[in-house]
Amino acid sequence: MTISSFRQTDRLSKSVQNIKPSGIRRFFDMASTMENVISLGVGEPDFVTPWNVREASIASMERGYTSYTSNAGVFELREEIARYLDDRFSTPYDPEKEIIVTVGASEAIDITMRATINPGEEVVIIEPGFVAYAPIVSLAGGVPVSIGTKKENGFKLTKEELEAAITPNTKAVMLCFPNNPTGAVMTKDELLPIAEVIQKHNLLVISDEIYAELSYDNEHYSFPRLPNMRDRTILISGFSKAFAMTGWRLGFVCAPSDISSAMLKIHQYTMMCASSLAQYGALEALQNGREEVERMVTSYRQRRNFIVKAFSEIGMSCHVPGGAFYAFPSIEKTGMDSEKFAEELLKEEQVAVVPGNVFGEGGDGHIRCSYATSMDSLQTAIERMGRFLEKHS
Amino acid sequence: MENKKLEVLRLLEENGRMDVSTIAKMVDEKEKKVQSMIDELEEENIIVSYAAVVDWSKVNEREGVTAMIDVKVTPQRGVGFDEVAERIYRFPEVKALYLVSGAYDLSVVIDGNTMSEIANFVSEKLSALDSVISTTTHFRLKTYKHDGVVFGDEDDDDKRIVVAP
Ligand SMILES: Cc1ncc(COP(=O)(O)O)c(C=O)c1O
Repeated sequence: MTISSFRQTDRLSKSVQNIKPSGIRRFFDMASTMENVISLGVGEPDFVTPWNVREASIASMERGYTSYTSNAGVFELREEIARYLDDRFSTPYDPEKEIIVTVGASEAIDITMRATINPGEEVVIIEPGFVAYAPIVSLAGGVPVSIGTKKENGFKLTKEELEAAITPNTKAVMLCFPNNPTGAVMTKDELLPIAEVIQKHNLLVISDEIYAELSYDNEHYSFPRLPNMRDRTILISGFSKAFAMTGWRLGFVCAPSDISSAMLKIHQYTMMCASSLAQYGALEALQNGREEVERMVTSYRQRRNFIVKAFSEIGMSCHVPGGAFYAFPSIEKTGMDSEKFAEELLKEEQVAVVPGNVFGEGGDGHIRCSYATSMDSLQTAIERMGRFLEKHS
Repeated sequence: MENKKLEVLRLLEENGRMDVSTIAKMVDEKEKKVQSMIDELEEENIIVSYAAVVDWSKVNEREGVTAMIDVKVTPQRGVGFDEVAERIYRFPEVKALYLVSGAYDLSVVIDGNTMSEIANFVSEKLSALDSVISTTTHFRLKTYKHDGVVFGDEDDDDKRIVVAP
């Protein structure tokens, strides 16, 4: 049988056919054909990776460290990750048995789902949220169940919302604070009732804390620190955001050893190991990168303060995002849905933002504006958005 | 110094033209308060002046030269290096003057129109000072980075894609 004799749909797996194309992609295509666009649509730092990190990676190549590393990652790097997590977030993990260095937090999310979810089991996902969670759950055979967090609650998860989403099929809850796209953070006191529900229903927690360093008002409180949570939590993080290393594709996942050894099986057959040069760069980032991280965090904090105040001056209501580098203002008073707002804003004023609906339930009526861009661009963007709002309200 | 004032100072050090209303938003403080912090910083001479960082190599009309001169001096009783330093920095062609540790004592940065003008300054003015023992003149050939700013046409375009998750 030749390939052309397949019916079109037979060529592709059912699971991939069921995945909707990303709404972000459509905006990317639109924005990239236009000139003079100021983009608040980029979900990554505007800093280039600090030079010492780039230099260390170059040096690793010069010295010939170009072979496979151990599956779970260069041991020295895992030790350094363990030390870092303990120092910064008081979450100690065993570098030998509980930490895997992955190809971005993205791979970490994937192998976590594949290692823990059986066909038909439900994973609760907090939305508005990172666009990859639901598709990854589906690809692993699981069923994503969304909770739409509310603006009134500052897009934090409440215990009632969580209770209502849980069924006998629920296996795990995917959390992400500081959140992409809302910037919401949750304190220890706010997380405690969530942990109680999780304990009561005997669930796993997958906590994506990739934005932990970018917490502006309070110290980040890591989920596995909560009473009785460490043994049921899979902690995901990475170098992309805090260390400005998105293109390096390097993250890590920490979990109790039974879960990590299961994940390691998938990782070793699909990835073998993360890129060696990225790992040597990351080692330098952890050993000597503190000052640069702090410099970048200060700069994000200042820009967050700026954009929230500037939004309120042009009459756009915006809760104060406690972390990450996104503001998530409401555009409800324009009467437009977020897709239309973003499209018109791009066409009329050449400002690219991401419509809130692409981040799932509860996202419509908002737009995600990344403030990881220069102050000059932010100021121009605000001017243009002010003009746009005046015209449309 | 109070944290916010330090933050204001750092912002201005990076961009002396940033306006008060922007700074106020960034540091989450009232404009009036920020203005008075800046006034204080100026009065206390912590902010000494505001100036542009200029890459003169791109200006055809100016063919000037800059030299860094290492100067060894005998310190004077009672006043140490300060008196001779003052005698040197008062010359308008002296752009900068530092007391340094190491093999020599003073580091003088000087601007001139030509190399011979600088040579003249060194032989006629600098070396003529009683306490100056020796000088070593280095002419600056090219500026790569100055005051934290990279010169030349570094490719610092935003290399990110326009919209990303
Ligand atoms: C919440 C969240 N998790 C994970 C990722 C993916 O990160 P990585 O670059 O480490 O794969 C992103 C990137 O945008 C994100 O926003």
